[in-house]
Amino acid sequence: MSLFTSIKLAMRNIKGNKLRALLTMLGIIIGVSSVIALVSIGQGSSKSVTDSINSLGTHLLTVNISNTDVPFTMDDVDKINKIDAVKNVSPVLSGRVTLKNGETTTDVALTGSNAAYKSVRNLSVSNGRFITDIDMDYRQKVIVLGSETAQTLFGMENPVGQKLLVNGDSYKVVGVLTEKGGSMGENTDDTVIIPFSTAQRLLGTTHIQQFYAQAKNEASLNIAMMMIERNLYQTFGDSDSYTVANQQDVMDTMSSVNDTMTMLLAGIASISLLVGGIGIMNIMFVSVTERTKEIGIRKSIGARRKDILLQFLIEAVVLSALGGLIGVGIGLIATKIYAVATGSDVVYSVAMMLFAFLFSLVVGIIFGVFPANKASKLNPIQALRFE
Amino acid sequence: MVEAIIHMRDLVKQYKMGDNVVTALDHVTFTVEKGDFVAIVGPSGSGKSTLMNMIGCLDKPDQGEYILEGHTVNTLKDVQLAKIRNENIGFIFQNFNLLGRLTAVENVELPLIYRGMKAKERRECALRSLEQVGIVDRANHYPNQLSGGQQQRVAIARALAGTPPILLADEPTGALDSKTSQEIMDVLIQLNNEDHTIILITHDRDVAQKAKRMIMISDGRLTETEGTQHESVHIH
Ligand SMILES: Nc1ncnc2c1ncn2[C@@H]1O[C@H](COP(=O)(O)OP(=O)(O)OP(=O)(O)O)[C@@H](O)[C@H]1O
Ligand SMILES: [Mg+2]
Repeated sequence: MSLFTSIKLAMRNIKGNKLRALLTMLGIIIGVSSVIALVSIGQGSSKSVTDSINSLGTHLLTVNISNTDVPFTMDDVDKINKIDAVKNVSPVLSGRVTLKNGETTTDVALTGSNAAYKSVRNLSVSNGRFITDIDMDYRQKVIVLGSETAQTLFGMENPVGQKLLVNGDSYKVVGVLTEKGGSMGENTDDTVIIPFSTAQRLLGTTHIQQFYAQAKNEASLNIAMMMIERNLYQTFGDSDSYTVANQQDVMDTMSSVNDTMTMLLAGIASISLLVGGIGIMNIMFVSVTERTKEIGIRKSIGARRKDILLQFLIEAVVLSALGGLIGVGIGLIATKIYAVATGSDVVYSVAMMLFAFLFSLVVGIIFGVFPANKASKLNPIQALRFE
Repeated sequence: MVEAIIHMRDLVKQYKMGDNVVTALDHVTFTVEKGDFVAIVGPSGSGKSTLMNMIGCLDKPDQGEYILEGHTVNTLKDVQLAKIRNENIGFIFQNFNLLGRLTAVENVELPLIYRGMKAKERRECALRSLEQVGIVDRANHYPNQLSGGQQQRVAIARALAGTPPILLADEPTGALDSKTSQEIMDVLIQLNNEDHTIILITHDRDVAQKAKRMIMISDGRLTETEGTQHESVHIH
């Protein structure tokens, strides 16, 4: 019997008992669809973590200073800037301020930093200019607005060149940042940036408690980190006064946690596939018993063992393949719904879908072989006598 | 001299049930010639079906020799037996044994499928043999939409489809009323006239009288009576 005829026959037997076929395939459907949904969502969240960490800036080291007894000043920052492996250093000072333009007021996060901050944090200016070193030196009351803040305060007007009040003090808007979107709890669209020295005065602090250092390149990141740690150790005399965090480390940890979770969930889903396979085997055994007479008839008119074996094997494989296909469909739909409902990133992996589908085929073959073998070995006379 | 199509010598088949041994066939020696129409009659449990299964290569004897169209059947492997069942033998059963999920014409196609015939050719052959038994108008009906007599015609068409030289019918009229039985017998007689060798099992003496030869079986042993169509006319 040709393969095509066998598949047609199998489809017919499946159609003859739709509810049972559906229940039989359920295990495979659940297995395949959950593998696909979980992996797509998992890889999506891995990707969004990586993306958002990258968007904070590349080759970035974050230094936090907890010791306030020993003052850490711009001179110390400049020393770190002289380290070979370090390209840029940006001290940062954060606070919340109230902005006022005419009748419009808004509360935003304010960051005080230097000219290098633009490169360190991967920012770009859509209109006007960024803060310069001269602004720093002269404690200029200039301000760069995040795109959303600019929109709130000035609407459709061009804010560059206009004045606004920061906690009651008059500042001149020199630039607007390009819209970037939020990442890792920070949203630069919703902030304002002023020169570091100006911010020190505004917020009433003299100490530097946090700064970013950008390494020259990927390769020099570790050297930069070591040199900075050595430098800080010299300044403070102990290693508890500061922490140096490597962007890459954070990223690696996050994505490895994510990958582990994804693999774990996919593993659980695979078990469901296996259980689905056992379900198919179970039903195929029932089917062989129910169709004993049919097997007897087929053998009496010349079916060989091979023909009967193939008939039942193909039926099992068609069941599992159909289940696999439906599973892929449901998995995709579930992923799409999740993506739309939560606004999260998802990654559709064709390789993964192919794998899940092929896995369901293999499950069908493995678990279909036993019942098919049983059917093919039936004695034709006894099978014919079966009622 | 007519060619022997079936030759059995000293065939023995026993069933062991614990200590109890049932000898279903007891040293059966038996020859059927090409074009023969043999009726096998005997009481229930006498071994008729066992003999039929043996002739049809569904079962193997414990002892003895069976030669079918030159093949020594008792030495053949399963695959070769399946081929013989497919090409040399057409089975007709008491309870028709059609597959309920398939239409009449698809049932008739079955033996051709196992022969590897192409779909189009297969359909033509199947329709031709349905035509031959006069039921081609029901080709697309399912078995449960057909009467017993019609189902048996479909079953005969299936047995005929592969044009096997031998037709084996195990009580083909057993489940039918006398009028329908008569019709089915007419179909078989017609087929015999068209050169098919037919072996028929029956309980019914009237049915058996229509065959060219009648063989009695009891307790697994054969005795042949001089019963031919012409003589049966004298009896009645
Ligand atoms: N599989 C089997 N196992 C044990 N004994 C069997 C088996 N098949 C047949 N027999 C025995 O062999 C003998 C012949 O059986 P068979 O079926 O050939 O009878 P029959 O002549 O066809 O009867 P009927 O007219 O009722 O169909 C019986 O005694 C039966 O009990
Ligand atoms: Mg019988």
